[in-house]
Amino acid sequence: MAATTGQTVDLQEPPSWRRSKNRIATVLMVISFVLVIIPLGFVLYTVIAKGISIISWQFLTADIPPNVLPASIGGMGPAVVGTLEITALATVLAVPLGVLGAVYLNEYGGNKLLAKVIGFMSDVMTGVPSIVMGLFIFSIWVLHFGYSGLAGALALGCLMLPIVIRSTYEMLRLVPDPLREASYALGASKARVTVTVVLPTALGGIVSGALLAVARAAGETAPLLFTILTVTTVNKNVFSGANTSLPSQIFANASSPYVGAQARGWGAALTLIALAFILMIVARLVTARFARNLQ
Amino acid sequence: METPEQNIVANLPLTETAVQQQEVSPESGVYATPGESVFETKNISIYYGSFRAVTDVSLTIRENEITAFIGPSGCGKTTVLRTLNRMNDLVIGARVEGDVHYRGAPLYAKDVSPIAVRRRIGMVFQKPNPFPKSIYDNVAYGPRINGERNKGRLSEIVERSLRQAALWDEVKDRLNKSALGLSGGQQQRLCIARTLAVEPDVVLMDEPCSALDPIATGAIEDLMQEIKSKYTIVIVTHNMQQATRVSDRTAFFSVLINEHSDTRTGVLVEYDRTAKLFQDPRDSRTRAYVTGRMG
Repeated sequence: MAATTGQTVDLQEPPSWRRSKNRIATVLMVISFVLVIIPLGFVLYTVIAKGISIISWQFLTADIPPNVLPASIGGMGPAVVGTLEITALATVLAVPLGVLGAVYLNEYGGNKLLAKVIGFMSDVMTGVPSIVMGLFIFSIWVLHFGYSGLAGALALGCLMLPIVIRSTYEMLRLVPDPLREASYALGASKARVTVTVVLPTALGGIVSGALLAVARAAGETAPLLFTILTVTTVNKNVFSGANTSLPSQIFANASSPYVGAQARGWGAALTLIALAFILMIVARLVTARFARNLQ
Repeated sequence: METPEQNIVANLPLTETAVQQQEVSPESGVYATPGESVFETKNISIYYGSFRAVTDVSLTIRENEITAFIGPSGCGKTTVLRTLNRMNDLVIGARVEGDVHYRGAPLYAKDVSPIAVRRRIGMVFQKPNPFPKSIYDNVAYGPRINGERNKGRLSEIVERSLRQAALWDEVKDRLNKSALGLSGGQQQRLCIARTLAVEPDVVLMDEPCSALDPIATGAIEDLMQEIKSKYTIVIVTHNMQQATRVSDRTAFFSVLINEHSDTRTGVLVEYDRTAKLFQDPRDSRTRAYVTGRMG
């Protein structure tokens, strides 16, 4: 050992490009982050600037007035109610089905042909444009039973289903096999292992994945165009009669030449963003809470 | 509903067949005497797909004894262990040829339910694998899936099992805290308590101390000595000192390398009383291994 030779040890880094490369890479990363943030910032700024002045309790609850009327009159009540109704119904339809599908794929399917086909079809379904989903429900449902919130929920549900399947499947895959084995070794059947160990362990991820799918569906316009139409008064019955939603209303009002209608459209946009934002926060809280349980 | 005091093993269809009076091949040096053999395997070979992992294993495991499986990595000791409670059924493509008898009943007969088997033959794994639940819920898991709903009885079982596993004093004040907050050694003792809570007939242990420090290892070895009057224990270990300290009988497995096909197959080389096997082995391979000249 050279500890006693009296020479000081040279701990300095040999001259190289490493530090400069590090600095360049860091700067590039910061710049790309800022570039990514810019559009989001502008969207939020524009929507808040144009929409905040119209938001009031009256705006969130009152019926939709004729487009010619100024912004101070009426509101978006039917659209708020419709979005909540239709999204909730779509969630009830899609989430249990999607979770069960993912449980089949990960726990029961194995290498079976059926599992492979379902997994593949679900991935294909993710890529189907949302307007095609709307047309599909229009042709198989609306043509026979008429416009309704339910038709809209079916279209949104078709859109949510592959997202829920994929996110739940990924969460189930993360459940460590030793946990399953521990349960099997105590004499649990496969169903019990799934219900008492696998699903509770993955619950946080499943819930947050489902909420992200809900947030995505709540903002969809195209699947609703041919399935619910728009109405100006609240339709509490989601199962029959035309309905409306915030995205449909934003689309309709944005194409209107009247200033008042356009202002109500901006208000609807802000309301929709706020709804999605709240869902995201809930998803984060749920994930964090369950992540703590897992550690 | 069964009370935990009842010996659940007594009423099982699996045990109805009279214990077969049977001699294991003479070269193993172990002769079964009626009434005390728990497992008898006769020329079993275990395959994963077309790969033969273990070949021609015959041995008898006796009641209220600790049997150790030792041998180099890849010699199939864990594979044989997992055959004894049909955990290998969970591995796609795994299959067993030859006879495995558990208390006289053929373990791999068509009408035998792996679930019923595993309720009687518990398993402790190499890495502690507590469920992400509370300490209480971990121990109560097995009794609950067996239908025990009575809170008083569940609490009794939890306390008794944790006492048996020498963990009660350390955790009695935090039974409702997450099991994941325990140290590695405590987690492994919790897993043992969880296994004991279903009052199994046999406890299989797959290198239960490999992730633990010497003190925690000592605690678990003491625990094995204490519970062996009630249970039959089979332990796989890499640690020869551990085998000499805890076991009554030892099976030494080794690897046969087939030069033609470049495959490795596990074989049972020698099975005898532990003292005999370590001090006066019959096979030169055993001698080389236990004296540290090989493996």
